[in-house]
Amino acid sequence: MVVGLEHFLILSAILFSIGLYGALAKRNAVVILMSIEIMLNAVNIAMVAFWRYIAPVLMTGQVFVIFIMVVAAAEVAVGLAIIIAIYRSRETVDAEQIDLMKW
Amino acid sequence: MPPEVALAIILLPFFSFVIISFVIRPFLKNRPQLSGYITIASIGASLLLSMWVLIEVIKAPGHVLPMPDYQWLVVGDIAISIGVTLDSLAAVMLIVVTSVSLLVQIYSQGYMHGDPGYSRYFAFMSLFTCSMLGLVLADNLLFLYVFWEGVGLCSYLLIGFWFHKPEAARAATKAFVVTRIGDFGFLAAILFLFAKTGTFDIGELHQLALIGALGGTVLTWAAIGVFSGAVGKSAQFPLHTWLPDAMEGPTPVSALIHAATMVAAGVYLVARLFPMFAHSPQAMITVAIIGGFTAIFAATIGLVMNDIKWVLAYSTISQLGYMMLGLGVGGLAVGIFHLFNHAFFKALLFMGAGSVNHATGTFDIREMGGLRKAMPWTFATFLIASLSIAGIWPLSGFWSKEGILAHAWAHQPILFFLAMATVFLTAFYMFRVLFLTFGGEYRGGSSDAHPLRESPLVMILPMALLAILSVISGWLPISGFLGGESHGFFSALASPLALVSLLLAALGILLAYALYSARWLSVESLRQTFAPLHTLFSRKYWLDELYERVFVMRILVDGLFAACHWFDDQVIDGAVNGIAGGTVTAGRVIRRLQTGQLQAYGLAIFIGILAIVACFLIFG
Amino acid sequence: METGIAISFWILAALIIASALAVVLLRNIFHAALFLVLCFFTIAGIFVILSADFLAAAQVLIYVGAIAVLIIFAIMLTRETQRGSPSGRLRLPALMLGLLFLATMVFVVVSTDWQVIKEIPDQATTSAIAQALFSGEEGFVLPLEIAAALLLAAIIGAIVLVRER
Repeated sequence: MVVGLEHFLILSAILFSIGLYGALAKRNAVVILMSIEIMLNAVNIAMVAFWRYIAPVLMTGQVFVIFIMVVAAAEVAVGLAIIIAIYRSRETVDAEQIDLMKW
Repeated sequence: MPPEVALAIILLPFFSFVIISFVIRPFLKNRPQLSGYITIASIGASLLLSMWVLIEVIKAPGHVLPMPDYQWLVVGDIAISIGVTLDSLAAVMLIVVTSVSLLVQIYSQGYMHGDPGYSRYFAFMSLFTCSMLGLVLADNLLFLYVFWEGVGLCSYLLIGFWFHKPEAARAATKAFVVTRIGDFGFLAAILFLFAKTGTFDIGELHQLALIGALGGTVLTWAAIGVFSGAVGKSAQFPLHTWLPDAMEGPTPVSALIHAATMVAAGVYLVARLFPMFAHSPQAMITVAIIGGFTAIFAATIGLVMNDIKWVLAYSTISQLGYMMLGLGVGGLAVGIFHLFNHAFFKALLFMGAGSVNHATGTFDIREMGGLRKAMPWTFATFLIASLSIAGIWPLSGFWSKEGILAHAWAHQPILFFLAMATVFLTAFYMFRVLFLTFGGEYRGGSSDAHPLRESPLVMILPMALLAILSVISGWLPISGFLGGESHGFFSALASPLALVSLLLAALGILLAYALYSARWLSVESLRQTFAPLHTLFSRKYWLDELYERVFVMRILVDGLFAACHWFDDQVIDGAVNGIAGGTVTAGRVIRRLQTGQLQAYGLAIFIGILAIVACFLIFG
Repeated sequence: METGIAISFWILAALIIASALAVVLLRNIFHAALFLVLCFFTIAGIFVILSADFLAAAQVLIYVGAIAVLIIFAIMLTRETQRGSPSGRLRLPALMLGLLFLATMVFVVVSTDWQVIKEIPDQATTSAIAQALFSGEEGFVLPLEIAAALLLAAIIGAIVLVRER
């Protein structure tokens, strides 16, 4: 059975949905961050799959993945810093208790 | 003559106002006399320039100097230009305003001496003169209206000059509000004319009226609207009630604003728009009737007033009625001629009243008497002015009053008889005041408290000058200059009309002499005989009460204002509170959605994305 | 060859999904982090299958090497391990949304007629990526520089945020 583009895309979709569920459902902020990383990786898989099967000569797909990695690294660094700062001031990283955006 | 001259005439008093307000009052507090000098200098310069203008206008063909227009503002394709009119009418008014203003300022040096508001007084006077000159020169209704309100403002400020007196503050407010009723009609007329013709320019309006493009009901209503402004400003019936109250202001203010110039602005306005009025017979008859009625109406009240300034105020209303009557019967030239003469002798009468007040400390003629010996100059000038206003040949009042009577006789005989009766009344009430003030014995208690002295030279000098003007101003060919006919010096006496009016005036004087000086007749018994009339006159026909109790209290306060209050309370506030309450309630409900939790927001975002994708799949 | 790729794809896909599910479902947060590392690692394997050799290496270096370590650090710093990783009130809506999202995406993927290229050239990608990134004309030099600035800003921002005052 030949593995084609659709397989990778569906894998990417499954992975993205899992990440989405985690990002929305988990209470621990670190786990939410981890779920977001999973979503980004799902996107990366889709990007590379598109590069491979649709535009292998152009490097745009791969270059995009590199940029996503850069942004993800920055995001993790800042996100974790925020989580640690919140933890210091509020002694918790429970997303349900962090509701300062409320009115 | 460069066109800047006209501008300079207006701006010189304005600069005086600015200098006094922003330099002398803040920085030179202890040299207030500077304010007086600056005012006199600037108005004197304006007077000289006005004379230059007059000479140029006399020389100009048709007595009109063409002046350039300046673009003022452009709104869409409506361009409003401003400029000045320099014709015989404006030139005469310029002379009146600047000369009386100058003399009043000189007089004020003495009268206002030592007043704590000395600089403020001269600042307002300068501003008033500026506005009045602008009003005279404006060639455009909008521009004119600005100055029209400007003089109204100055009148308000100066009536309420001693604002610490409650009566003065109240009188100022009354003057402002009552004239505003008339101004409302004026403004409505300006806008109405603009809506119909698309122009504010007076000359263009005259052209339109001349060729008949502006006529019929439109013209009549516009003219009546304009006239309502004139009624308010010139204190004509039924909006005259503010002028007697305005006597609360300093007497030189009464002389300048409420006798010579501002109250004449209404007459001037009708004269300025005379070609418009002339094309509407209904408007003309309205002007004539209001003027003629006001003349006799105010004169009857003047008969019984005991305050010298109040008599003069009602006399002013009456004389303004004369002018309106003159205009209404088509005598533009004689109406303005009377304005010209009246400005001098009425300013003089007020100055005389001020001079008397300076000596006795009161305006009540019952507490005066016998001032002839103590104040010979005041007496002499007051006598000249009284003879002049009574219309005695050959003083100035005779010439213009005779002209008005002749026009009235020719066009409106009924009004002519009213005017004739007024001649008699005028002579009577003026000489009543004269005899009670200057004749007989002093009745004001001991003269030690108030040593009866003649006023200082600075007050006497302008009075003397005005007395000269009151004599000779009637000899000037003003009427002919304005396009009317002039009479010969002696041949005027030949007309029966003049003889009758002279006779009536003489009878009035004689009656006053009989009652108040020689006492051949008892004033008391006369008062008993005509008790109902006396009450009617001295209560001023109960008009103040009517306005106060019925119009203001019943119709406005209890009716309109209460309705407005209810509407404001229930509908406007109700709507506002309803919206606010609804918003609060909605907010209280909807804020439950705002949990503050990032994940709930994220969920919402992804639901939105799903919805968008679903839309693409279904509709795309 | 094809069969080998297919077999490795299925194994890797199963591992990825299982480890991702472990990340979001396990209550022990430290275990979840370890499964995240496994997930990243197997995704690198997917990249290899897709013959993106450079990206596979970068994946291992950046995600497995850097990000995962950062996350483990954060877990230790916040000392939240004992409370674990419970699910919130939004568990059910999130589950529904995830399934719906998955269904939509699968429907889109399946129903779209992809213009797949038949001849797939086999080549090393590193130099091609380098050329795409650094060539001035139609390359990505400017975004690359901006990305560098972004990284710098993120580093400074992170330091400022966690600095003890």
